[in-house]
Parts: sequence; C-alpha cells; structure tokens
Amino acid sequence: MSEERSGANILVESLVRQGVEFVFGYPGGAVLPIYDALFGDERLRHILVRHEAGAGHAAEGYARSTGKPGVVLVTSGPGATNVVTAIADAFLDSIPLIVISGQVPTGLIGSDAFQEADTVGISRHCTKHNYLVKDPADLAAVVDEAFQIATTGRPGPVLIDIPKDVQIASAAWSDAPIQRRQRYAPRTAGSAQEIAQAVEMIAAAKAPVFYTGGGVINAGPRASELLRALQAKTGAPVTSTLMGLGAFPADHADWLGMLGMHGTYEANLAMNQSDLIICVGARFDDRVTGRLDAFAPNSKKIHIDIDRSSINKIVRVDLPIVGDCASVLDQILTEWGSRKGQDLTAWKARVDTWREKKSLSFPANADAIMPQLAIQRLYELTKDRDPVISTEVGQHQMWAAQHFPFFSPNKWLTSGGLGTMGYGLPAAIGAQCGNPDSLVIDIAGDASIQMNIQELGTATQYRLPVKVFILNNEWMGMVRQWQELTYESRFSNSYSDSLPDFVKLAEAYGWKGIRIEDESQLDAGIQAMIDHPGPVIVDCLVHKESNCFPMIPSGASHVDMILYGDNVAGTMDDEAKALV
Amino acid sequence: MMHMHPEAEERHVLTVTVDNEAGILAKIAGLFTARGYNIDSLTVADITDNHEVSRITIVTHGPPSQIDQIHAQLERLVPVHKVVDLTELGPHVARELALVKVAGVGEKRVEALRIADVFRARPVDTTTESFIFEMTGAPDKIDSFVALMRDLGLVEVGRTGIVAMARGPEEA
Repeated sequence: MSEERSGANILVESLVRQGVEFVFGYPGGAVLPIYDALFGDERLRHILVRHEAGAGHAAEGYARSTGKPGVVLVTSGPGATNVVTAIADAFLDSIPLIVISGQVPTGLIGSDAFQEADTVGISRHCTKHNYLVKDPADLAAVVDEAFQIATTGRPGPVLIDIPKDVQIASAAWSDAPIQRRQRYAPRTAGSAQEIAQAVEMIAAAKAPVFYTGGGVINAGPRASELLRALQAKTGAPVTSTLMGLGAFPADHADWLGMLGMHGTYEANLAMNQSDLIICVGARFDDRVTGRLDAFAPNSKKIHIDIDRSSINKIVRVDLPIVGDCASVLDQILTEWGSRKGQDLTAWKARVDTWREKKSLSFPANADAIMPQLAIQRLYELTKDRDPVISTEVGQHQMWAAQHFPFFSPNKWLTSGGLGTMGYGLPAAIGAQCGNPDSLVIDIAGDASIQMNIQELGTATQYRLPVKVFILNNEWMGMVRQWQELTYESRFSNSYSDSLPDFVKLAEAYGWKGIRIEDESQLDAGIQAMIDHPGPVIVDCLVHKESNCFPMIPSGASHVDMILYGDNVAGTMDDEAKALV
Repeated sequence: MMHMHPEAEERHVLTVTVDNEAGILAKIAGLFTARGYNIDSLTVADITDNHEVSRITIVTHGPPSQIDQIHAQLERLVPVHKVVDLTELGPHVARELALVKVAGVGEKRVEALRIADVFRARPVDTTTESFIFEMTGAPDKIDSFVALMRDLGLVEVGRTGIVAMARGPEEA
C-alpha cells in the first residue's frame, strides 16, 4: 500500500521499521516537524537530554551495552555542533550511531540563516558516512542505507541532515521492502589460504599471545565465545585493549589483564617477548604499542580486522586477514580441527615470572582511601549483580580497567579512542535505558563528571536508577600525574578548585547523595548505593596524590614500565614530551 | 632539542571511481588534509551517460606506507567504488592538457609558432599579437614547452592536472 506522508512522518516510520526503541534528543526550531510526528507515538521512546552531547554519549552507551545502534535527534546549528564530540567519539571507538539533525530549509542553506551550520561539512571527517536529504522521497532509502552502514563492516556513526522543508513536504510512503542500490558490501571472511596460514603460524608458535580489542565486542557475543574456544584449543595467553575488556573472562588462568600504557607488566612483557601476536579486532593504537621500534621486536604478527585501513597503519604485520572477528575466528577454529599446538609450558612459566611482579599492587594507606581499593570494593560488593560499568576519562578510568574485572562483553563502556571526559554519565543513562534491570554504574572522577553533569536531570526525569561513583581526589588526576612525571611537578591548572558539594548537588536533582570519607565507611556506602532504588551519587574522597601505575611513559617501550615504588618524579626529553 | 625525521617518498598516480554525489570531492580532498597526505594534482569529471559516476585522478607523494594507507582510506569511503594505484599496477598513460597564452610580435612570434609546431601544440585563439596554444601530453613535456615560451612572451598558463589509464586491453 502506498500513500503520501510528510518527510517527518516517513522518518519516524523508517526508524520504527529499523526496530528503534529509543531516540536520544533535544528539540529546536529546525526539527519541530519531526518532534510533532513523534508526539503521542508510543512506538518510539524519546529521551530528552539536557545537552546534545549527552544525547550522543547516551546513544553510545545504549549501543555499546545492547549491540544495537543508538539513535540521536538534534536541531540545526548548535544542536548539531554540540553532538560533534560524541560523533567523533563513536567514530574512533567504532560505535554504531544514527544521528539525525534538522537543517534550515533548503532555500536558506548557505545564507547564514538563524541556527544554520554546515553540519554535513563539519561532520564529514568524523562520520562513517553522512547525508543531506533534499527530497522526502529519498528519506526511506537513506535511513535504510544509513542503518546498514552504521551497523555493518566496521561500525560507526552516520549522520542524516534533514532541512525543515523536507520534513514538511510529502512523498509516497510504502510498507513494501525498500528498493535501493546495494553499494556497501564490506568483506567479512578471510580467504582459505589466509586461514590455513594463520593456523600454521599459531600451531608453530612457541610463545604466542592473543591481543584482542573492541572489534571482538563489536562482532557480537558470538565472537567472544569463539575467542574463548580458540584460546582453549591453543592455550595461548590473552591480553586485551581497553576497548576489548570483557571479551575474555578476567578470572581465566591465561588472562594477562589489559596491555598498553597502563596495562599489566605480564601483558606488556608477553607482547614484547612473544614469537607470535594474534591481533583480533585491535588496531595497534599508540596507547598500546609504546615506542614503535621496540614494540614486540621478535614476534610474527597476524592481524584480523574488518577495516583494511587499520592493517599496516602503525605496525607492519606478517599476515593480514580482512574480515569480521567472529567469522574469521570461526574459520580458524574449523581449520584448526583437532590439531595440537606447541607445548607452551616454558612460555607460561615465563609469563608467571612476570605475573609475580604483581604490577597492579598498590601501597596501603592508613589516612586515606586508596582509589584502587575503592574500585576493588565496588567490584566485590556489586559482582553478583553483573553490573554495566561506564567511566569518564582519566585516572579513575584506568584504575577501573585495572581493578574491575569483566567476564562478558557489553558490560564495559568507556571512551577509548577519543578519550572524552563527560562520556560516562550520559553513557550510563543510555545503557540503563537499554538494560532497565541492570545495575549501571558510572565510575567517575571529580573533574570529568562536571563535563556533562547536567544529565543528572535526565536520569531523574525518566526514573533511571543509574549510580555515579566519583573517585574524588580534587585533581584532574591524570593531568596532575603527567605534570608530576614530566614537568617537575609544575601543576599548571590541574587542581579542581571550587568543586561543588556533590551530595547536595545530587539532592538538588532529586538523587540520593552519599559521601564516603573514610575506609571504614567504604563498604557501607557502596552497599547503600546499591540498595537505593533510584539514582545515587557517591562522592568517595580518595587519596589525593595517587598515581596510576603501572605506566609506560611516553617514548618508552614495553620493557620500561614504571611500577609502584619506582622513583619517577622528574622531567623528560623533548622527543618524549612531543608524544601524546 | 627535538628534530623532525622525514622519510623517503614516492610519487603515485591513483584513479578513484566514485558515486557522483554532493560533497564527494570535499570528502576526498578533506581526507587528504585531515590525515596529512599530499595532493600534487587532482582532476575529476563524470564518466557515465547518466552522470552517476565520476572518475578522479589523484597524483600524490609520500612514503610507501602512507601511499598504502591512502589507498585503504579511500576505499573505506562509502561512495568510492574502486581505487587503482596505477604506479603500483605498472605501465600507464598519463596525459595533461594545457592552455598557454603567448604574446609578442616579429621574430619571437614566429619562433613561438615554430616551437609550438614541434611540440604539436595547436593555436586555439589568435590575435595579431598573441596566441593561445592548446597542448596535451605528459606533464614534463608541458613543462618543457612552458619553459621555452617563457623567453617568447609567456602571459598565462592553465593546466588540468593529469588524467591517467593503465596500458593494455583490460580495465584496471
């Protein structure tokens, strides 16, 4: 059946057809027709945020925790520019987002009209693809293609800019399947030859290590299962990037912990000393490799990635396999059959000597709560609830990655690539929407939480029982740490002066506020947070000058890690300072 | 003190077939600037009857690893159908069109016409004191012609940048 509908109406029908449950957005002049079409529509639940950046990160949190694309709706001009950070964040972390922005009417485009911005131009290099729709007759096909592009291949954000007159003008709408050209067809499987070679290399390796990343999470829960299956067959130890935590269970005997700048000693040494790195859905990011010329110098490298441009970008590999992690792992498992790999006893014994460094250990403190301890207690008291954890960016994020173990995918939401402070609270809100029965906790820092603090109101409005656990050290802790280590403790602008009273702030928004000032209050405070049915801020005052260790300083290699107790205060040469 | 460490570079000719949609040129040009790649020349025109597909020829230079990245990054764009690195592929024809305006009288004018003839450059506009020559050829041939015209009253040069195609019967 075909009938005439408005562009706004076609958009809403198209979103419903894609199975969208939630739209995170904020109205404004150039999207009023779409908001009118949403009015009273029970099929889509609109979550009104307090700032468009919150909408973007909430959609990311929803997407990351459910595996479904997140949908954002914002107005033209400032509405669109405010969401750019979240779009860039989703682009770097490969999160599927559909961002719909209103635009001034087609006749006014380019005239510097009120709330006009070149949204397509601004978002061009931080979206996987974007569209300016000039005819309502194109909308249904554009939305259909946008979802395909956002969710297949390497996932990412897709923006659809819709001028106001296109939202109002009508076009034919039909329930029949959409006819459109299929132009996007990413390669998903490896060739038989590549798979055979991979199996041969793994079977021959005496010191192999799996280096896994966000691609395993993005490939769906099956990819995590296949990774575990392949690991069981080969016995190789497993490390993961920040983005890949949860793909492999943290209590497994062969789990090495996270690698990279704040990774464990055993993970980084295993990478450095391995004879084969099997990279699955990770991209040799600078936070992982450290100094490139000293990165895993004697290892062969297999790189499985759905994005051809990730391969040989930073580190040259011996066997690239372009494909979806789940498909390729499945192929490797099949090809592996009942094969036996090398005896890894000697290799694992070496790994055990590195484990003995106990690189995550930290000194006890009688006067203040150690932030690492706070996270360990948070884990112990919440683990039976299998919580979803989001974070902001900084020391607390790294401590969470180090001290909060994960056992399954889609439980860990963090801004890895872009490193966006202010990500965690809205991401927790989005995750809570998609997982109404889960315990969702944003592990935050006192500085980061203020970057999207306005979203407290969103959680209140929709009765979302998210928890915010602030490790409050009154510093932008990671900035302070770098200034201590590389700028001779010249703490330029990194002190969190004039902090709000987070307990009163919570109460002002209708949240519960809990302050933990002493280790003796820690467990009770966390338990009170869990037991409260609504949203809670916990202001946990922690040791102010704790640094996040282990750490590979910039310009150093994996073997030059700083551990607790090392004397590190001082300066660095300019070559090292120039690295991010 | 810190110093920059440049790497050895190669020059490559790439052809890119794309959907002829709004913003595609900005997307490609922007990719080069955003990632710090070089564009020596870029030509674009649609090549199908229905104006749906364009062919872009890009000349770039950079270290081999960067050229490989450029190839992969271009292929990643949704409207891009195909990227061919003609330099990598092998023998190819690369041609450029130039319009060269030369003004002068007397012996210089005669000499300009004589040299144009040698270069198979064709006058496409003539006044009693000037010519516009049209010539096509490999870029270095155009360079030589322009250099010779400099002494003979060169006024203005316009060049298209190269269009290139692999030799032999097959589509690249």
